[in-house]
Amino acid sequence: MKSIKTLFAGKKRDTVISFGIVILAFIIVQIMVATGNISSSLKGQLVPICAYVVMAVSLNFTVGILGELSLGHAGFMSVGAFAGIVATTSLADTIPFAPLRLAIAMVIGGICAAIAGVIIGIPVLRLKGDYLAIVTLAFGEIIKNIVNVLYIGQDGKGLHFSLLEQGFELEEGGKMIINGPMGVSGVAKISTFTSGVVLILITLFIILNLINSRTGRAVMAVRDNRIAAESIGIPVTRCRLLAFVISAAFAGMAGTLYAMNYSTVTATKFDFNTSILVLVFVVLGGLGNIWGSIIAAALLTILPELLRAMNDYRMLIYAILLIAMMIFNNSGIKTRLLEKRAAKKAQKAETAGKEGA
Amino acid sequence: MTFLSYLISGISLGSVYAIIALGYTMVYGIAKMLNFAHGDIIMVGGYISFCTTSYLGLSPFISVIFAIIVCTALGVLTEKLAYKPLRSAPSLAVLITAIGVSYFLQNAALLIWGSSPKTFTSVVGSWSVKLFGEQLTISGTALVTVLACFVIMAALTLFTSKTKMGTAMRAVSEDKGAAQLMGINVNTTISVTFAIGSGLAAIAGVLLCSAYPTLMPTTGSMPGIKAFTAAVFGGIGSIPGAMLGGILLGIIEIFAKAYISTQLSDAVVFAVLIVVLIVKPDGLLGKHVNEKV
Repeated sequence: MKSIKTLFAGKKRDTVISFGIVILAFIIVQIMVATGNISSSLKGQLVPICAYVVMAVSLNFTVGILGELSLGHAGFMSVGAFAGIVATTSLADTIPFAPLRLAIAMVIGGICAAIAGVIIGIPVLRLKGDYLAIVTLAFGEIIKNIVNVLYIGQDGKGLHFSLLEQGFELEEGGKMIINGPMGVSGVAKISTFTSGVVLILITLFIILNLINSRTGRAVMAVRDNRIAAESIGIPVTRCRLLAFVISAAFAGMAGTLYAMNYSTVTATKFDFNTSILVLVFVVLGGLGNIWGSIIAAALLTILPELLRAMNDYRMLIYAILLIAMMIFNNSGIKTRLLEKRAAKKAQKAETAGKEGA
Repeated sequence: MTFLSYLISGISLGSVYAIIALGYTMVYGIAKMLNFAHGDIIMVGGYISFCTTSYLGLSPFISVIFAIIVCTALGVLTEKLAYKPLRSAPSLAVLITAIGVSYFLQNAALLIWGSSPKTFTSVVGSWSVKLFGEQLTISGTALVTVLACFVIMAALTLFTSKTKMGTAMRAVSEDKGAAQLMGINVNTTISVTFAIGSGLAAIAGVLLCSAYPTLMPTTGSMPGIKAFTAAVFGGIGSIPGAMLGGILLGIIEIFAKAYISTQLSDAVVFAVLIVVLIVKPDGLLGKHVNEKV
């Protein structure tokens, strides 16, 4: 235990819990797979769960640590997904080793999403509160629309791009990678559960260390009081942009991971509803609480599967559970329970103190 | 002439957005919450009107009244059950709850009416007005929509400025605590706001489905998002702003569809929104609040 604590300079309980959960879940799932105790529907959900966990952690960085509501996080996922697809398809012959290709695709997806993050972040971060939220929503929709009319093909001469309609002719042996509204089909499914877990661990390592670093503290200071932070010399704009871009980059990597799990991917998969879904994970897991996001993302992705017995009613029950959880989380019942527990603890401490005396 | 006909269909679509945006703006102004379930109330309004005309055989006019009553009740009910317990909670919690309500309404509609789209017959009928020697055709639906929008806007402005309830609403939106100290029943005021917003959503739903006759459980979500954009565009919390934002958004959307690209029209709409918000961060008619230290 001591060695883990020294390994992660943050020394925080959260760090240990976050890594613990992921590693434990990985071991349990591996045992389940090895003994054959896993349903095929759950098995199909493993990679999406990993992608959603990374999405939730990265969005939590924006919403919980940076303190700005983003309603267009799926846009970055989309950029990462399609950039990753283009990368893997065009590298298929040069790098036959799938895990390496996936890793390169993820890096490229992450870089492209980060570039999108810079382009979007500069105007977005000038705004505040709900206005900022609506502009991220707008950018998410714009990305979806543009990817929906994007045509990318590959032949002997290299990659060809065009918008709105296929404005290029491919040579003999060339193939379309992204085919406008039809999206991508016939992608090699190279994402695996292990690669997903590795991505989660890398994300956690970077995000948690960042939160506990000087930069992370500066970002949180800006979140808590922008004017006070500015007055003590924190470069507010740079801090905010940095946090936003890092968050976007991880969303891009999650997008690559997610896309490589399906043979067909369309732009409409990464719409407003996906952004909202991830936001639900973050809020239910607790703002700024990284391991909360991990658990919420995993549980809420499995929940509809678990409710499959309810058939048609499952999404209805999901909605009711969501409302009930939000109300419980913020209502007097929970505060009273917590107060009672705190009172009991105080009483115990008091009696212990008396006994000690 | 084609330009004029595009302009008219733009204003007509924009009027629908404006009516929805009015609901968004009023609720935002008073409860300070983004009611994401608003778009789904539109869809419910459309279905209620559809059912009363197709299954019960009632006249379109009565079906609209029926839709308004059901949606108003639904709006008040969701407010009481889902939002009222969260009045002192952080705004993000209320937002997620609203999303939960939206999921709930969509899936309930899916269970009740099925996923196959229903074809909605226009409540206005299929008459139209021909101008300039039959060069320009304006559908009855478009005329009624624009008319309804202006009537609603005028009525709402009068309501908020002249009546006691309207004054209470403005007071609550300005300062909830102070309003309560002045003897205003804040809970009732918020309920009335939700009732009005949902009633407007019902009208918008019927008009939207009259112009674009496919009715599905997800019908309301995209117009809902766009109307929300319109409300922000015009300055959220402002009634004339919602109206202006809605109509401008409709015109931009139709023009983008006609002159740029059908597939990119949404992207153009949102790009205009972004530009406007960067230049005028409080929307077109929004009030600028200075930050105090």
